[in-house]
Amino acid sequence: MILDKLQQLGAATLETIQGFGRATLMLAGALWGRPRFVKAWPLYIKQFYVVGVLSLLIIVVSGLFIGMVLALQGYTVLSKFGAEQMLGPLVALSLLRELGPVVTALLFAGRAGSALTAEIGLMKATEQLSGMEMMAVDPLRRIIAPRLWAGVICMPLLAMIFTAVGILGGHLVGVDWLGVDAGGYWSAMQANVDFEQDVLNGIIKSTVFAFLVTVIALHKGFDAVPTSEGISRATTQTVVTASLAVLGFDFVLTAVMFGG
Amino acid sequence: MDKAVAKPLVDIQNLTFSRGERVIYDDMSMQFARGKVTAIMGPSGIGKTTLLRLIGGQLKPDAGHIWFEDQDIPTLGRRDLYQARKKMSMLFQSGALFSDMTVFDNVAFPIREHTKLPEEIIRMMVLMKLESVGLRGARDLMPAELSGGMARRAALARAIALDPQLIMYDEPFAGQDPISMGVIVRLIRSLNDALGLTSIVVSHDVNEVMSIADYVYVVAERRVIGHGTPEQLRQHESPLVQQFLQGLADGPVPFHFKAADYAQELMELKA
Repeated sequence: MILDKLQQLGAATLETIQGFGRATLMLAGALWGRPRFVKAWPLYIKQFYVVGVLSLLIIVVSGLFIGMVLALQGYTVLSKFGAEQMLGPLVALSLLRELGPVVTALLFAGRAGSALTAEIGLMKATEQLSGMEMMAVDPLRRIIAPRLWAGVICMPLLAMIFTAVGILGGHLVGVDWLGVDAGGYWSAMQANVDFEQDVLNGIIKSTVFAFLVTVIALHKGFDAVPTSEGISRATTQTVVTASLAVLGFDFVLTAVMFGG
Repeated sequence: MDKAVAKPLVDIQNLTFSRGERVIYDDMSMQFARGKVTAIMGPSGIGKTTLLRLIGGQLKPDAGHIWFEDQDIPTLGRRDLYQARKKMSMLFQSGALFSDMTVFDNVAFPIREHTKLPEEIIRMMVLMKLESVGLRGARDLMPAELSGGMARRAALARAIALDPQLIMYDEPFAGQDPISMGVIVRLIRSLNDALGLTSIVVSHDVNEVMSIADYVYVVAERRVIGHGTPEQLRQHESPLVQQFLQGLADGPVPFHFKAADYAQELMELKA
């Protein structure tokens, strides 16, 4: 009984480690050699559109509401201490340091990551990847690489847009509705937000998350069992694994950046 | 020159391949002559598609050689393998057309990837290939808009886009209506002769295969159980070959999956 459990644990561990290995091989294959930006630019543009532009709506709407909720919640607490003028920094710092990168990454995993996994899994199931390989075209460089770059470049940009819209949402609720002084909102923000400490660290965070989410999504698709059940499982795994990885890494990065 | 013609284009020697514990091929050899249509037949599930993937270098055998021209495919490095693959092509069972491109772009894909030809010439080449499979009028359709037979013909046009030496067909007749089956049978033969290709057809459709193949290998139980021209095979003495060719339900390949005693199992239900 216990031996069985031990064996299962061992098998699961081995499987996980093998998964890491396969993901690394995939990554190496995709990034190996000179990227063919010139010849392949239409592919890249298309992926930037699919991965980045199409995720814009959900990012903007979520950013707006999260900013608005932050301002509302923050105001009720701050006003008890007569510290309403600190609403600007509260909204801006929460978004820049945490909510911008993290929520964008979670939304991105759900919106673009799942789509990437399903697309590549289906390509595998319909033998498109094999067919490409037999035509002497490397699917890692032709299919995986453009999607990887699109994800890694687009997501930090989306996180910035999310943060900016969130700050405007905070303004909408805090200043326009609850009557916090507009000058105070902006000037306190300017005084309390540090470029290196807050803005740059946020960008670093979202770049790390972008890499994590995109690699997980691509790997799950590329590694999917090529059946309808396998693809549905891979898509679910992408969202679950990517979200957990983002939250886990967020704690580590936060500890490193702001902990000491 | 004569010697070069006599030498087979693909020469498989003592191939052994297994998946996990299961041995798929055990010390199997076969030759594919230049300019001929060679068929591989056998019951489902004996790894006929696997053999094509081995020739294409997508899988590596446990032992044995797969000679393509003068290169041993399993020993090739990535670069050489990709060079060798430019001389062969494969028609997948599903067609494997890229679903995000039109038929035209699908056929143009290998040309655009591997040559630096100007777009006008590519257009001409693609139209010629599409004309030869009768789909010139369907060039602007997306793969999802094609019927199964048309999709396979479009994939065939793509497979011959770069004028390969070797073309491998994976179950080209599976799931086709009689008309498109007839069209594909004729296409395989006529393309082979017109373009001077060497064709390998993997299939279990006995009649179609026997009608176009120059030479046939029957594979079962991890090895070649019979080979020869279609006429020779019809006279073959092996009961297994005859069972397969005539499509008998029971014979050396049993109808029943291995099971416990019938009567005994029925009694158990009662208990």
